Parts: sequence; C-alpha cells; structure tokens
Amino acid sequence: MTSYNLTHLQQLEAEAIFIMREVAAQFERPVLMFSGGKDSIVMVRLAQKAFHPARFPFPLLHIDTGHNFPETLEFRDNLVNELGERLIVRTVQDSIDQGRVAEEKGPNASRNALQTVTLLDAIEEFSFDAAIGGARRDEEKARAKERFFSHRDEFGQWDPKNQRPELWYLFNGKKSIGEHFRIFPLSNWTEMDVWQYIARENLALPTIYFSHDREIVARNGMILANSPHITLGDKEKVETRRVRFRTVGDMTCTGAVESVAHSIDDIIAEVAAARVTERGGRADDKRSETAMEDRKKQGYF
Amino acid sequence: MSDQAQKLEEMDLLRFTTAGSVDDGKSTLIGRLMYDTKTIFEDQLEAIETTSRQRGDENVNLALLTDGLKAEREQGITIDVAYRYFATPKRKFIIADTPGHIQYTRNMVTGASTANLAVILIDARKGVVEQTCRHAFIASLLNIQHVALCVNKMDLVDYDESVYDAIVKRFREFASRLNINDIAFFPISALKGDNVVEKSENMAWYKGPSLLYHLESVYVGNDHNHVDARFPVQWVVRPQSDKYHDFRGFAGKVAGGVFKPGDEVTVLPSGFSSRIKTIHTFEGEIEEAFAPMSVTITLEDEIDISRGDMIVKPNNRPEAQQDLEMMICWFNEKKLKPGGKYEIRHTTQDAKALIKEVRYKVNINTLHKIEDDLEVGLNDIARVSVRASRPLFTDSYRKNRLTGSVILVDPFTHETVAAGMIVHR
Repeated sequence: MTSYNLTHLQQLEAEAIFIMREVAAQFERPVLMFSGGKDSIVMVRLAQKAFHPARFPFPLLHIDTGHNFPETLEFRDNLVNELGERLIVRTVQDSIDQGRVAEEKGPNASRNALQTVTLLDAIEEFSFDAAIGGARRDEEKARAKERFFSHRDEFGQWDPKNQRPELWYLFNGKKSIGEHFRIFPLSNWTEMDVWQYIARENLALPTIYFSHDREIVARNGMILANSPHITLGDKEKVETRRVRFRTVGDMTCTGAVESVAHSIDDIIAEVAAARVTERGGRADDKRSETAMEDRKKQGYF
Repeated sequence: MSDQAQKLEEMDLLRFTTAGSVDDGKSTLIGRLMYDTKTIFEDQLEAIETTSRQRGDENVNLALLTDGLKAEREQGITIDVAYRYFATPKRKFIIADTPGHIQYTRNMVTGASTANLAVILIDARKGVVEQTCRHAFIASLLNIQHVALCVNKMDLVDYDESVYDAIVKRFREFASRLNINDIAFFPISALKGDNVVEKSENMAWYKGPSLLYHLESVYVGNDHNHVDARFPVQWVVRPQSDKYHDFRGFAGKVAGGVFKPGDEVTVLPSGFSSRIKTIHTFEGEIEEAFAPMSVTITLEDEIDISRGDMIVKPNNRPEAQQDLEMMICWFNEKKLKPGGKYEIRHTTQDAKALIKEVRYKVNINTLHKIEDDLEVGLNDIARVSVRASRPLFTDSYRKNRLTGSVILVDPFTHETVAAGMIVHR
C-alpha cells in the first residue's frame, strides 16, 4: 500500500518541473539564466529532468559582469561542455565599451546594477520572450512579492503594485509584442531547500562554496574577497582567513562567511544554525531599504 | 547522507493562508511563528528595528517583515500577497500572507487557491466580525479543507474561558452554513506567545494543542484527489536522438488519481484508447504516478496527442463541457462585460469564452445572494454561466481543485481578470 505523500523536496521539484515545461509550452524563445551559482546549477538539473530524455528546449544565458569569481567561470564552462548545451555570454564590459552604461566610481563601486542594461540588451538582441531565473522569495522582501510568471513591460520594468494574480497552477504568460516575462521556478524554495536538493541530487558546485583560505578585506562588517577589482581604503588591509561564500555574485559585493564547512552536509548543518540571511552578506542589497525593489523595477533579476 | 540531512529529507509540506482584520495581530502571529522557530534572522530583525525606530513605532513592528514593497511601508498597509517560509523538524511551511483590507479580496482568493489550511484570526475583544465571516467564506469557496481559528489577544480579556467559548460558539453557528471539513480552535496571544508554539500556563482550562503543534500534525495527505485519474498533457517530449529515436512521451503533472504501467487509458478529446507503456522520469521508470507528481507517460499505441489533451481512465471520465457554470472572483478594475468575450485557461488548455449570464452575486459578509444588482466589479464574487469555444474536460471544483478551476484573461490587456471555480449541476 502506497502512502500517497511526497516530501517537501519532491513537491518543490514537481512544481519547478511543471513551471519549466509551462515556459517551453507558452513561450517562443525562452532562455535559462545561468551564472554558475548554486541556484542556477539546481535550475539546470530541473530543466534536464523536465524534458528528459530530450534536451531542454532553451539555451543558457550568462550576464558576465567581468567581476566574477574565476572559480565560478571555470565551473560554468565545464558544466556547459559536459551537457553540450548552448551558452550565450554577454558582458557588462561590452556595455561599458559601447557607452550603454558608465562604470560606478569610488571604493564601493560595483557592476551589479549595470548588468540590468546588459541583460535587457541581450533579451532584445535574441528576442527572448521569457528569461528563467533562480531567484527565490525567501531571499529578500521585494522578492517575496514576486510571481512565478513575472510580467515585464517593453522597457523591462517590473510593476510590483500591478501584478497579475496567480492561482492554482494556471499561469498566464500572455503579453504584447516587446514585453517579456521573468520566470522563477524556485519561488517557493528556501536556501535550505536548495542545499538539501544539492545533497539529494549530488550536484557538483564551484569550490568557493566550500571552506578555503582566501585573501580578504574586512569592510563594513563584511568580508570581501581581495581581487584586482577592489580598491582598498586607507586603513584597510588584506588578510587571509578561512572562509566560504553563501551566494555567488560579483567579487566586489559578495561577502564571505568564516566557515570550516567543507562538505554539503557541513553546509546544511551550518545553514540550519545560521542567524543571518544568505543575502545578509550582499553589499548590493545594503545600499538602501528598498535596494532590491528599486533594481527590480528597472529590470534587474 | 548525514542523519540531519536524512531527517530533513523526510519532511512534508503544508501551505496555509493567514487572514485577519486590520490590527488583529496577524503580523505579530507570523512574526511569532517565525521568531520562535528561529526563521527570522538577525539581519532581518536589525533591519526592521532600524525602520521601526525611524518611523517612531513604539515596539519593533513585525509587520515590516511581511511588508516588502516601498508603497506598503509608506502607507503601512499590505498590498499584495507575501509568501513566507519557515520549517520545523517535521514540516516545511509556506505562508501566503494576505492583506485583511476589504478591497483585497482578490489577494485572499489568490493566497487561498493553493492552501491546505487557513489560519483565521479573531480579536478576543471584538469577537466574530464581518471580516471573519468573509475570510471563512473565502476559505470555504476555495475549498480549503482545514481551518485553524485563532482567538487572539486572550491576554487582554484576562484569559477568560467564557469569552473564548462564546466566540467559538458564534463561529460554529456561522460555519455550519459553509463547506469546511475540519475546524480547530485556539485561544492564543500572539504577542505573549500563549498557545502559539508552546502550550500556555495562563489557560489551564484549554486542553488542546498549541497552534504550531496543530500545523505540524494536521493530516493533509488526502487533500489531493487520488481517486479520479486525470493527466493534463503539458508538453510532448520528442528527443530526436539516436538512442531515443522512437520515444514519444507526454509530460505533465498528475492532477488526480493514480497511473500505473499497463493501465488502460482514454485520451480526450479524441476518445482513443491505449495502455500506459512506461511512466518515465529522469531517474528512470517508476511503478506509479499520483498527484502532484510531474512525470512523462508513454503509451503502447501511436496516438496523436498534444498539449491541452487529457489522459484519463475509460470508466472514469471528466465532464466534457462547453457550457460551464462557475463561481468567479473578479480581479480587475474594469467590470465584467455580460456577453463579453474572454480567454479561458483550464488545466493546460486554452479556449475562448463568452459570459452568457451573471446569475447572482454573493454578499460575502452575509452570504446572501444579490439578484437585483448584477454588475460584477473588482473583488466581487458571482455565479456566472460561460460558453467555451470548445469542450473543456472538467470536474467540479469541490471534487478536484486542479481540474475544477479556470482563469479568465482579457484578450486585449492580457491581464488575469477572474478566477473561476466550476460547479457541476
């Protein structure tokens, strides 16, 4: 006698697979955003599962700020080669060179906000009508209000006060020409769910997620990786600490945590005991109370 | 895998909505649940402490945790459904936190559509009010099987059993007119923590469990329909590779019943029959599929099947209906046009739809039918008859939420203008 119950991970997986298939069915030119971070690695696995034994019917897109961790890029390229999938890379550097955006100045300069322009340009260049991303509602309070199918107007803008209601499993991807959708299959996942899923699926990850010795700069209570992209203040000095990263964004704005977790199980134990959110170490979110909402309205992920 | 990871893997999932009137302590309750289960993180607490101070709030305003948008914070109101997550060692919880204001019925309906359970809050000093009835009605309309009614602010009525009993009695009377299977009652103080996570010592007269214990243990495994086999085809998988040259799989999420290899099936609308050859997943073939699993089915015979078709069992078919009766909740500023045309989505199927008639509206505070004013506007709930451009394979919403629900979409603005729950006569 079967008990017709699924665990929470099985339910979340079934939901995300459903969303992936719905995107393929409702849109003409979808694309899967892929950064080499853990959430996008989970997304690739879900896409594989959704269409198995066929390949998933969309390419991968990476918006490269030029400030990525080299370990992440290496991982990205290896995974893409292994899967034999098509990867499109568009760079913020190109957007800067073309005069589409201007580099921020000062010691806290970041290319995080600039990538919105690069992303919207790429969406236009390839006429993508749906960009699938790994954002989760538990990450940040503006994201808590996101839909699975999130409408963007012809300027790529999000209008959080006027979102389409989403009921049951009926997703409305109808749109006018020039508009597009952002799709978030992991909406209902938490950081812990992602780690449990990585453990269950035995997924490989970039090494920076695990404990390692690294040159760092402590700044405003954050631990930033030392790199050619960081400008040191007068009193700041480079030191070496044993750290790992909970999220993988730009080297300039992604804070490390001090950690000795060197396996997925260690990380799960660490996440279970964590008292600070995953994005608590993200300087890009700390710029203002509504930093994420403001960026998202502009077209950020 | 470590013991801890293993244990986490065995957790199941409960989705619930929270509804309440303004100031009845809903945000405090959510804050309490999240805080006591260690889900609120230090940086989140720090952020809302800072904001509370800036706003001049007396206490740390836990509502700020759920009010994520700038406009919400400015106006001190919740505009949109916010989804919150917390977990205990037994369960992961998804809260659809819906605003209590009268104008936001649409958010309550949205949040309720995927919920197993509704938490409804009542201020012990005020008792059952109009909004309580409205929340209970919506829970019933959306076919939520379990309601947890929390009589909050018991500390402000001296933890008086008679106050609680009177409210429970009053609510039971009202709820007897609704269709809710399981109602549980809790005397709580979200602010003080009485009976939220731990049993309270202030109410020795209360013999039941704490709210969290109930949320952790209420059985929701049979909320899905495991009787009537329904498989709406979402996508056809054709690998076009040498290894899987002849593979033709029908991908979808099981909406009801159980499917096994060898089962005789009928495909709608064609009516052709075949047998299930395999139930395919990334991990390999499996022996059975049931709701809400996402799988890929292959059949013994080559039948033309595409998205929008439904695989069912020959002796248990849904109704093939072109004329549909449904309760709708209207979501748009633009009023419903009687005789107007909309797009209708049902499972994975799209069609055109004509609103033939508005039969009545429902006064959601009194449950009375309104038959002299049939204009359906934002947040109205109404019974309508709809003609679809082709037959849809439906069950009544009471029988199956997934095959009994539709949305209506404006063909010009593409907005989702209504949610519909199918009624079978």
